[in-house]
Amino acid sequence: MSEPVLDYDQVLANFDPVLGLEVHVELNTASKMFCGCATGFGAEPNTQVCPVCLGLPGSLPVVNQTAVESAMRIGLALNCSIAAYSRFARKNYFYPDQPKNYQISQYDEPIAYDGYADVDVDGEVFRVEIERAHMEEDTGKSLHVGGATGRIHGASHSLLDYNRAGVPLIEIVTKPIVGAGEKAPQIARAYVAMLRDLLRALGVSDVRMEQGSLRCDANVSLMPKGSTTFGTRTETKNVNSLRSVERAIRYEMTRHAAVLTSGGSIVQETRHWHEDTGITTSGRSKEEAEDYRYFPEPDLAPVTPAAAWVEQLRATLPEPPAEKRKRLQAEWGYSDPEMRDVISVGAVEVIEETIAAGCGAQAARKWWLGELGRRASEQGVDLAEVGMTPAQVAQLQGLVEAKLVNDKLARQVIDGVLAGEGEPKEVVDARGLAVVSDDGALTAAVDEAIAANPEVAEKIRGGKVQAAGALIGQVMKAMRGQADAGRVREIILERLS
Amino acid sequence: MDQLLTTNAAQLGAAIGAGTTSSEEVTRAHLDRVEAVDDTVNAFLHVAGDEAIAQARAVDAKIAAGEKLGPLAGVPLALKDILTWTKAPTTCASRILEGWIPPYDSGVTERLLAADIVILGKTNLDEFAMGSSTENSAYGPTRNPWATDRIPGGSGGGSAAALVAFEAPLSIGTDTGGSIRQPASVTGTVGIKPTYGGVSRYGLVSLASSLDQAGPCARSVLDAALLHEVIAGHDHRDSTSIDQAVPAVVDAARNGDVSGMKIGVVRELGGEGYNPGVQQRFDEAVALLTRLGAEVVEVSCPNFDHALAAYYLIQPSETSSNLAKFDAMRFGLRIGDDGTHSAEKVMAMTRGAGFGREVKRRIILGTYALSSGYYDAYYGTAQKIRTLITADFTAAFEQCDVLVSPTTPTTAFRIGERVNDPVAMYKADLCTIPSSMAGNAAASFPIGLAPEDGLPVGLQVMAPPMADDRLYRVGAAVEAALAEQWGGPLWQQITPLTTEGAQA
Amino acid sequence: MALSVDDVAQLARLARIELTPDECAALAPELEVILDSVAQVSGVAGEDVAPTSHPVPITNVFRTDEVRPSLSLEAALAGAPAVEQDRFRVPQILGEDA
Repeated sequence: MSEPVLDYDQVLANFDPVLGLEVHVELNTASKMFCGCATGFGAEPNTQVCPVCLGLPGSLPVVNQTAVESAMRIGLALNCSIAAYSRFARKNYFYPDQPKNYQISQYDEPIAYDGYADVDVDGEVFRVEIERAHMEEDTGKSLHVGGATGRIHGASHSLLDYNRAGVPLIEIVTKPIVGAGEKAPQIARAYVAMLRDLLRALGVSDVRMEQGSLRCDANVSLMPKGSTTFGTRTETKNVNSLRSVERAIRYEMTRHAAVLTSGGSIVQETRHWHEDTGITTSGRSKEEAEDYRYFPEPDLAPVTPAAAWVEQLRATLPEPPAEKRKRLQAEWGYSDPEMRDVISVGAVEVIEETIAAGCGAQAARKWWLGELGRRASEQGVDLAEVGMTPAQVAQLQGLVEAKLVNDKLARQVIDGVLAGEGEPKEVVDARGLAVVSDDGALTAAVDEAIAANPEVAEKIRGGKVQAAGALIGQVMKAMRGQADAGRVREIILERLS
Repeated sequence: MDQLLTTNAAQLGAAIGAGTTSSEEVTRAHLDRVEAVDDTVNAFLHVAGDEAIAQARAVDAKIAAGEKLGPLAGVPLALKDILTWTKAPTTCASRILEGWIPPYDSGVTERLLAADIVILGKTNLDEFAMGSSTENSAYGPTRNPWATDRIPGGSGGGSAAALVAFEAPLSIGTDTGGSIRQPASVTGTVGIKPTYGGVSRYGLVSLASSLDQAGPCARSVLDAALLHEVIAGHDHRDSTSIDQAVPAVVDAARNGDVSGMKIGVVRELGGEGYNPGVQQRFDEAVALLTRLGAEVVEVSCPNFDHALAAYYLIQPSETSSNLAKFDAMRFGLRIGDDGTHSAEKVMAMTRGAGFGREVKRRIILGTYALSSGYYDAYYGTAQKIRTLITADFTAAFEQCDVLVSPTTPTTAFRIGERVNDPVAMYKADLCTIPSSMAGNAAASFPIGLAPEDGLPVGLQVMAPPMADDRLYRVGAAVEAALAEQWGGPLWQQITPLTTEGAQA
Repeated sequence: MALSVDDVAQLARLARIELTPDECAALAPELEVILDSVAQVSGVAGEDVAPTSHPVPITNVFRTDEVRPSLSLEAALAGAPAVEQDRFRVPQILGEDA
C-alpha cells in the first residue's frame, strides 16, 4: 500500500520542511531507573523484574542517582540549562507493556532545557536547538503470537517480558528545525550521529541503535514556500539507524508534498518506518487526541541540584566534539576534504581508537574509509558495528607493515575476522595467508615463470624493466597471492641481470 | 470473656515475656474469639490461623531460649488488608484482587515481624480504602461492636472493630482522609495517623500517594505508642519517608502530662452540623484539659472550610492513576479472555466488573479532574488550597502546641444510611481531612458516649509534623482522667457481643 | 456544572472502565453533585499561591546505582492470570506497533 510521493526537487521548489527530532537514549546504568533490577540486554524473560518494575500493588519507585547525573551531563553537553527545581510527572495511558499504566516521565519541569548542538553537513555548520532533555522509564517488550512474523496485526495474543520495563531513558527533544531546506534529512542524520558520538564520549549509553538503546522519532511537516506557519506534522517511529533517519525524513517530505500538492491535507498521526521497503505506513489513526493527564509524581521527591553538584558534573564532560575534531585533524595531519569525509561517514571515533592502538593516521583512514567503509555500507550498518574493532584494524596494519600480508591478502584477513575466525593474526595462521618470504620458494617460482615466458625474459634482459610486471603477475598467481610483490620484482631483476 | 482478650497489649507483652502466659495461648484465645464473633462483626477478610500459631510458637521458643525480645513480642495483631504480607492474600477488599498473594512484605509488615508481633490475619475495609463506613467492601460490611446495625467507620472499619470485638488487642490502619481516626472515633478506640512520611508506605497499596499513611490502632494510648514505635522510621524504599529519629511517643504516652501545654480549639471544626452529643463530649474534653493544666485558646483556620472540596479533587485524581495498574494483565482478576476480546477490551471489562461503585465513581471523578482543560481549575486549584491549609496550620502551631476538634461530626450512623448519598458520606471526614492535606500528625482518642445514642465520641488531636509525641501526651492525659471518672476504660461500657457457644 | 451521560462514557473510556448505560446514567448526576460541591474551591486561591503537591518538603531522594536481587521467575509470574513461554500472556493488543 505504497502512497504517491513527489519528486524531491519538486518538494523543495514548493515547500520548506520543518523537522522535530525526539531521541530516546537508554542509559547504561547497572540498575533500573526506579528499582535495583539489572538492566543487561538479552537476559531470560522476566528474570530482571521486581514488584517495582512490574508495577505490583504497593510498590514504590526510588530514583537512581547515576541516572540523574547522566541526564544532567547529557544536558550540559548539549549546552542546556540545568533546572534548579525539576520534577517527575506521571504520563497516564493504558498499554500492556506499561506495567503501571502510567509512565514516570517529566512534563513541564524537565531536568535540562534550552540547549543547542552544532552539526556539520558537508563542511557547513548547522545549529540544532534543543528544547529539553528529560528522564523517564522504558516499557516492557511484547512478543506477538499467532500472526505473521511477529507483527501485532493478526496476532492471536501477545506475550510480555518486563525486563526492559523501568530501564532509564533520556528523551532529548529538539526545537523545530527550520530553514534546513534540501539538507533537512542530512542534518537530521548528522544530528543523530552527533548525539550518538556525544553520548558515547560521555559514557552514559551503549548507543546501539540496532538494539534500541538509541531510538529516534522524527516529526516532519511542510510549509508552503514563503509561509511561516507550520504545517500538520506526522511522527515517524521505528527509525533505528542513521541511514533510516535520513531516508525516512526524505520519504515523509515527498509523501507530504504529494498529498498537499494534490489538494489533500496531512493527517496528524504516527507513522511507522519500514527499513526494507523504504516507506512509512500509517499507525492507528487517533480519533481523539491522547489525554495523558500529566500530574506531578506524588511518590517521588523533586530533584533540586545544587550549583556545586552541577559544576562538579560539568567538570567531567569530555571535550566538545567540534573542538575535538579540530584538534584531531591537526594531530592526524588530514587535509580538510579528508577530515570532512571522515566526519561524514562517522569514522572519527573508530579512527581515533585505531590510532590509539598503534596504527598510523593515514593507514587508519585508508582502512575505515576504504575496505571497511565499503563493507559497512554493503551491510547497511555503521562503522562501529561492522564487526572489526579498531584494535583489530591496527593489528592488521601491523601485519601489512611487517610485510606478512599484502593488501590483497589483507582483504581476506578482514573476511576472516568478520566471519568470526578470530584476531587478524589468527586468521592469517589459520588460513595460511602469510606471504611467502622464503627466497628459495620465490626464486623457484620466478625461475619457472622465466622458463615459461622466454620472450618476456629477453625483453627484461634487454633493459625493458617495466615488462617485469607480466612475470610478477605470473609468480603471484603461482603463489596464490601469498607473496610480497616488491620482493618478487627484486628477484626477477636479479635473475635476469 | 477470657481475660486474655481484654488485657492490653503492653500487659500481654509483659506477661508473655515473663513466661506467665505464652504467645500461643494468647494467640489461640484471639483466634477462638474471631471464630466466635466474626460471623457477626466481619472484621476479618482472611484469618491466618496456622501461620499465626506457627509465629506464636516461634516467639515462645525464642523466649524459652532466653532471648530478650521487644515489649510487644508475641502479642497478636490484625493487619489492614491493604498492606502486603506474603502469608495471606492482599485484596484491598476488592474483587479485582481476589486471592492475590503478593510476592513481598510491606515495610510495616517487615517491622511487625521483626518485633515478633503475631499477625492474626487481614482486616476488612472499604474497597481500596475509599469510604467512611466499610460498606464499600466487596466482601460485605463490617459491623460496629457497639451496635451491630451501625457502621464501624471507614475505611479501616475492620481494624477498629476488631479491637472492641476483642478479636485483637492491636491493629494497623491506614489513613488517607481519616480512615484511622474516624473509625477510632466511632468505635471508641485509639487511632493515630502519624506524620506523613513517618511510617513506610512501601507495600501499602496506594490510594492517594501524597495522603496515605499507615498508623497504629489500639484500645489504649500506651499500646498505640508501643506499636507506633515498632512501625515508624525511615525506609529507603519509600522516597517520601522521613529520614529522622522517631518522636519519643512511648515516653509521651507514659508521661501524659498536659500542664502548661497550649491547646487550640479550631473554630471552623465544630458547631453547626455536629451532633449535640458529639459537641457536648468535645466541650467536656476541652474543659477537662483545662482542669489538667493546659491553656486552651480558640484558633481560626479559615481555609479548613475548603479542605473537604479540595480533598475530593486530589484524592480521586491520584487514585485514578494509582488504580490504573489493576488491568488484568500481570495479576489479579481477568474477565473476558476468551479469544474474542482484545487486551484493551479485557482491561475495560475487568475493571468494569472488578471495581465497586464507589471506586469507579472516584476514578471517573479523578480522570475528569486531571483531564486537559480542567487540570488547572480542579487539581491545580486543590493543590493551592493545600498550601493555604498548611499555612493555617503553621500559623496555628505558632500559637499552640496542639489543636483539637471532634474527630467526626456524628457518632456511628446506621448501615445503609448514607450509601446513596456520597456527599453526606464524605462529610464524615470533614475534621480529619485538614491534617491529611497538610501531612501533620493527628489522632483520635475516646472521650465518652453521646447521650442521645450511647455511641462513642472521639477527640481529634493534631500536632505539627514530627511532633507525634504531643498526640500521646494529650491522649494519655485524657485517657487517665476519664478512666478515673468512669472507673475504667470506655470499652468496659460496651454491651458484650452474643457469641455462639464459646462463652468463657 | 453539567456532566452529560456521554461525558461520563467518554471519561470511562479514558479510564478503561466498561460501564453499562445504566451505570453511566446513574453516575452522571452523582458526579455532578460532587463537582458542584467541590466547585466552591475555584477562586479561593489566588494566582500568587504556590501549589503543594506534597505535604513534606523533601528533595533529592536517590538510591545508589546498585543491582539488587530481582524476583525469581516463579514469584514474578505467580500472580499472572495467564503465562506462556515464561512471559505474561495477554489477549491480542489492538494498539500500534511499539
